[in-house]
Amino acid sequence: MTAPLLSISGLNAVSDRDGGAPILRDVSLTVARGEVRGLVGESGAGKSTIAKALLGILPRTVRVTAGTLAFEGRDLLKLPARELRDIMGSEISLIPQDPQTALNPGRRIEAQLTDGLRMKRGLSAREAHGRALSLLEEVHIREPERVLNSYPHELSGGMRQRVLIAAAFALEPKLVVADEPTTALDVTVQKQILRLIRGMQEAHGTGVIFVTHDLGVVAQICDTVTLLYSGKVIEEGRTADVLASPRHIYTRALIAAGPRYDRPDAGLTPVPAAVFEELRREIAAGGGR
Amino acid sequence: MSDTLLQATGIEVTYGTTRGLLGKPGGGHKVLHGVDVHIGRGETVGIVGESGSGKTTLGRALLRLVNTSAGAIRFDGADITHLPEPRMRPLRRRMQMIFQDPMASLNPRHTIRRILVEPLLLHRLAADARAAERRVAAILERVTLPAVVLDRNPHELSGGQRQRVGIARAALLEPDFVLADEIVSGLDVSTQAQVLNLLKELSADLGLSMAFISHDLSVIRAVCDRVYVMRHGRVVEEGPCERVFAAPASSYTRMLLDAIPLPEIDPEWLTRRTESEDAA
Amino acid sequence: MAELALTTPTPKAPSRAAKRLRALASEPKVIIGGGFILVLIVIAIFAPFVAPKDPLEQDLMAGTLPPAWVEGADPGFLLGTDDLGRDVLSRLIFGTRIALIVAFVAAGLAALIGTLLGLMAGWYGGWADRLISRLVDIWMAFPPVLLSILLVAVFGSGVHSVIAAIVIIDWTRFCRVVRAETQAQAQMDYVTAARTIGFSRLKILFSEILPNVTPVLIALVSLEMGIAVIVEAILSFVGLSVSSDTPTWGGMIAEGRQIIYEGWWVLVAPLIALFATVLAFNQLGDGLRRALDPVMRR
Repeated sequence: MTAPLLSISGLNAVSDRDGGAPILRDVSLTVARGEVRGLVGESGAGKSTIAKALLGILPRTVRVTAGTLAFEGRDLLKLPARELRDIMGSEISLIPQDPQTALNPGRRIEAQLTDGLRMKRGLSAREAHGRALSLLEEVHIREPERVLNSYPHELSGGMRQRVLIAAAFALEPKLVVADEPTTALDVTVQKQILRLIRGMQEAHGTGVIFVTHDLGVVAQICDTVTLLYSGKVIEEGRTADVLASPRHIYTRALIAAGPRYDRPDAGLTPVPAAVFEELRREIAAGGGR
Repeated sequence: MSDTLLQATGIEVTYGTTRGLLGKPGGGHKVLHGVDVHIGRGETVGIVGESGSGKTTLGRALLRLVNTSAGAIRFDGADITHLPEPRMRPLRRRMQMIFQDPMASLNPRHTIRRILVEPLLLHRLAADARAAERRVAAILERVTLPAVVLDRNPHELSGGQRQRVGIARAALLEPDFVLADEIVSGLDVSTQAQVLNLLKELSADLGLSMAFISHDLSVIRAVCDRVYVMRHGRVVEEGPCERVFAAPASSYTRMLLDAIPLPEIDPEWLTRRTESEDAA
Repeated sequence: MAELALTTPTPKAPSRAAKRLRALASEPKVIIGGGFILVLIVIAIFAPFVAPKDPLEQDLMAGTLPPAWVEGADPGFLLGTDDLGRDVLSRLIFGTRIALIVAFVAAGLAALIGTLLGLMAGWYGGWADRLISRLVDIWMAFPPVLLSILLVAVFGSGVHSVIAAIVIIDWTRFCRVVRAETQAQAQMDYVTAARTIGFSRLKILFSEILPNVTPVLIALVSLEMGIAVIVEAILSFVGLSVSSDTPTWGGMIAEGRQIIYEGWWVLVAPLIALFATVLAFNQLGDGLRRALDPVMRR
């Protein structure tokens, strides 16, 4: 069996700002080549923290206290800064959450798309331009020439997100971290973008860590899922299994709490206090380091 | 006495009209193109649409918070379309609003006590401060907020608590109609369920009519009796939730429904395209 | 029948005033800047007791004496004397009075006028806004220095003219900022909420909007006080401020400029005082802005 692309093992992190309060408790997960793993949880569950740790952009107030982040066998937490810089953007890339703020409003799209190509792959301006054009076509942008020449504010939210996806795949990364990439989008646009991400991922054989709070999105786009609560992995497995026959009461409660357009009585059952009690008990017993 | 509490016909809202040198209005960008809605007593009506659909503007037009460039609004039989503000004010007690972001809708420099007590005194629903405090204590219990929040400022409360204060504020004046504008967007699924439950209970207790604005059709299904689907400033479909969700007449509604991912594996969902999907 | 309610007292949250004071006390700029200003105020009030000599007393025998630590000085004159034998230190101390009176009164009045007009323009909009904005635009087009000279020529020299000149010129600064801030506040949902509840426009302006404009305002007032001090110094430098008897820092700088080679201290002492005072006002303003707005910053 080939080694997984990404293997997070026993990751523990604390917040220095809150007096050492644990943010991640013994988190472990793997992502194989070409696998889309969903990272699901409510706000504060720690999914963003894991994504930031992967990208090396943890805030200074958050400290990893134990564990490894093995990417292709190398522990990202122990690599020297120079090697990390080589990996980020080219082998591991990001699809960010907010297309509004992720693009520099003062630079044209072409400049932002070709930055990485020119700096990390040494392409000339013309080569980069050509590559940028084909990338935009790959993300189904009509009139790619016009878009390359535009400023971000001249494009719609959906188009900006497509540009960001193109940028994420530009350097043929092995792993893409998608940080709630559709949360800020209309639901119809979300579907198109999800379709696009899946398509790109399948075409390039990229592994994806897909951070979201929406179990519906997980069901439709993720092969496997890891559910977090308060920094602890509650349940994980193949999406089909976890959703059809959840093992943990929290998972079950979360699925039941979500509203559904096909069921008038769904969405009105909050997670029972007893479930939170149980979670607290498990966390105290598990004991984050 | 008719069953309809709020009736709006032919509502048009235009932003940014400029006056030319000769005082002739020109320019402007029409946001609502002749919208008709009606809300019955005790009814909860959903208004759903994506960004740019005009749903928020419609809500504010109904409350006379933005000016209409055409159309008529009748509240409890009376025409309020062009009612001057001083005459609108006593009516406002009967039409309240709950906002999406309680951080933005509660004045950060006021205490919760002040936020809740002042409206009661303004509309003389309490004879003095002490009577007001009693009523406030009662509503806090109703929305399950501890009494200690009264001395706090909004930023000292959690998101869910702030939203409850917003709901309490709206309910306190015992209105006939409440506009809920995206009040659960951005809340965790569990908190969302709590807030929706609270809303349904209060609505039943107080006999409220409600207009529930949301971009999320699933949430609408949970709370609304009827729904208006909006697109680009127009109503494209209207009807009881059961019918609209089971057999949508408009292709846009079908597209909206189809775009919602359900938490169940559906291998065709991703590739299934409904008609009139425009590329973003 | 008296009610005997035996309830366990809930721990009372610290009152808002107490919270504000604590926030203020924890901001170093407020302490340093505010502390310095407080010292100046005390010096100004008790000037006759603090100053070692009469600031107006001339002693031509003791003319142009250097400060006490330089060779050839008279220890009775700590900072030396000017060419008329007047004690520099005492003049500096008395000069504080003019500086602070102008600072507080001028900045206060300019803030009052500018804020009222800015609130009206920003909140009521329409013709009020058009009128006030046009007024501000035109007003700001006048060169301030010329305008102040003109005003002093009209009103005659004296503290009141200086104050009037500053107020008349600088109210526009407050008006613009307050108008912008008011317009921003008017967009906030809590203002909309107040409208839905049915509060009158005036009540909303003072109850919802003004408290949120105040932090910016306070910072601006502190800055303005620093500016007022400098403007007074400039006007007294050119002899357009109070009569030449009353000591002012600007006047001292003017005199010092004449004898800069023989007695540099006559120029340098008021310059340092000016610098320190303006710096203190700026620090205070910056610190106040930060300390009073933790609500937003959290």
